[in-house]
Amino acid sequence: MSLRVDNLRVYYRTLRGDVKALDGVTFRVADGEIMGIAGESGCGKSTLGKSLIRLDGRMRYIEGTVELDGEKLPVDDQEAMNRFRFTEVSIIPQYAMSAMNPIRKIGKMIAELLESRGYRYSGIKPELERRLDLVGLSREVLKRYPIELSGGMKQRMVMVISTLLNPSLLIADEVTSALDVSTQKAVAEALVDFRDRDFVKSMLVITHDISLVYQIADTIMVMYAGKLAEKASTQTIINAPKHPYTQLLISSLPEVGVKYADRQLTGIPGSPPGLLNPPVGCRFRDRCPLAFDKCVEEPPFVEVAPGHEVACWKAM
Amino acid sequence: MLQLNRVWKIYRVGAFGTKQLTAVRDVSFGIEPGEVVSLIGESGSGKTTIGRMVLRLNSITRGSITLDGNDISQVTGSGLKEYYRHVQGVFQDPFSSFNPIFKADRVFEMVKSQYFPRMKREAWWNKLDAALADVRLDPGTVLNKFPHQLSGGQLQRMLIARALLLDIRLLVADEVISMLDASTRIDVMNLLADLKARGLGILFVTHDLALGNYISTRTVILRKGVVVEMGETAKVFSNPRHPYTKNLLGSVPQLHRKWSEVAAELHLDDRSQVMHCDYHDRFPGECGRPAADPDQPNLVEFEPGHFVACAREAITESDLVTA
Repeated sequence: MSLRVDNLRVYYRTLRGDVKALDGVTFRVADGEIMGIAGESGCGKSTLGKSLIRLDGRMRYIEGTVELDGEKLPVDDQEAMNRFRFTEVSIIPQYAMSAMNPIRKIGKMIAELLESRGYRYSGIKPELERRLDLVGLSREVLKRYPIELSGGMKQRMVMVISTLLNPSLLIADEVTSALDVSTQKAVAEALVDFRDRDFVKSMLVITHDISLVYQIADTIMVMYAGKLAEKASTQTIINAPKHPYTQLLISSLPEVGVKYADRQLTGIPGSPPGLLNPPVGCRFRDRCPLAFDKCVEEPPFVEVAPGHEVACWKAM
Repeated sequence: MLQLNRVWKIYRVGAFGTKQLTAVRDVSFGIEPGEVVSLIGESGSGKTTIGRMVLRLNSITRGSITLDGNDISQVTGSGLKEYYRHVQGVFQDPFSSFNPIFKADRVFEMVKSQYFPRMKREAWWNKLDAALADVRLDPGTVLNKFPHQLSGGQLQRMLIARALLLDIRLLVADEVISMLDASTRIDVMNLLADLKARGLGILFVTHDLALGNYISTRTVILRKGVVVEMGETAKVFSNPRHPYTKNLLGSVPQLHRKWSEVAAELHLDDRSQVMHCDYHDRFPGECGRPAADPDQPNLVEFEPGHFVACAREAITESDLVTA
């Protein structure tokens, strides 16, 4: 077991009270597994990614445990987490385009970064150059400033830096959303390649684009309003989803290989509930076409088939 | 209705405008009422520039754009105001389209004071209610609110409603869906489809091939300012001819087919098939060289309603390797 997350709760502090962005999340990620996390904006997927590496000032840890390779991650203690960041847990941030220091040449920046963690740049440089070759970047980029690189190149550069110390867990937060389709494919395939070469043990790929995670992930976890809705293997989630939210999300997606002469897809009516005072019971209840009396009670997130977990009364 | 005739746009860049950047090169196509034409291209392909030229936000360097045969590049003053009565645009970021200091419904008031100054309040409200009903918004929930109190989808629909208050015939929708969530974007798409059914022409600018496939009747694929392939959506998507189109289709993440399956179907590994040039089968000459006759069309009609450019024009080897 590479990553175990148990009942993790992280709230955002606001003047009007706590926004319950991540409200009790429990899951496992195996070694060598790429897990896709999908959902609408505001469902807590980025909060989940961030809370595994660094809580920012507005975020408040409530409860729950995170264990990586059998060792407990001190997610509530920012000082103690420093030992794990970059070496054990690493992140490719949502805005990787602006993640690099604009006034340092890239090579210098990496050297400073490594030295701050007690590594020698000269010792790691051969490996760095080998990985640049792998993602198709010339070694010359180390002598350039970030502004001289295109969006796709910057994204690949950040990918190489994030995984340089072979972390056990890599969190890729919306890494492809700002890219063109062809660069998107190259970056996504590079992620898989990094896993295959054991640069990272396991990966969480956070995205709103469920068709992208279908291409690269082994398992997909769908989140809704701060909770887990469904988790299963990629094939199961796409071909036989059990949660009505997953079903609606997938059926509302236009595709390239389909002809839509006069056929209309339908969206999901309504919008996700506010998380300041989330509704009791199933949080998807108000938008769900299958909702019935029992939905006022909160459905547990249980296994309905081997490796397939759902939080819905109708699926049990 | 709207026709682009060999339109060019050259920007002057660099210090004192010493360098030239050709953003749009020799583009021609038309939009008829009740038709959605999607302009698909990656960043830097000139798709937004074309939209902006149609909206008269950018000047045209060469060529002409005509609406019902009238050249629009020369109209000014009241003529331009009249043009905007028929042609309106909606843009990517709904939040920056509104002034955050004022209430969101101020955009409607501005239309009234500009275009309907003499209309009675009563009649105006009825018109406004009808326009809001057309975009499936409830007047009670969106009027008298500030932009930050409304969702992106609601704001985007208000902007479409604002355009509908005028007698528009052409709507330029520039990446209107990209900022919206998966569950709401399909509603805005269906709304555009309704407008199409009512006889509106829509120029749908997007980088998302799936959305273009869903909504459009015709597709124009742009690459670095050049049209590489154009035609009825079903034909372009089911039988792509240009290597660039094939690469794009091979790169789109699909829900039920993996990348490797799509690549096999499009024979992306077979270079001779990918680089086969339908254009020079018809027009004699050498691939990748400009045509001998400047009036020679840069697209050949490969099958009825399906046009394709030379396979090697503007395509370099490195483009195909990265994709």
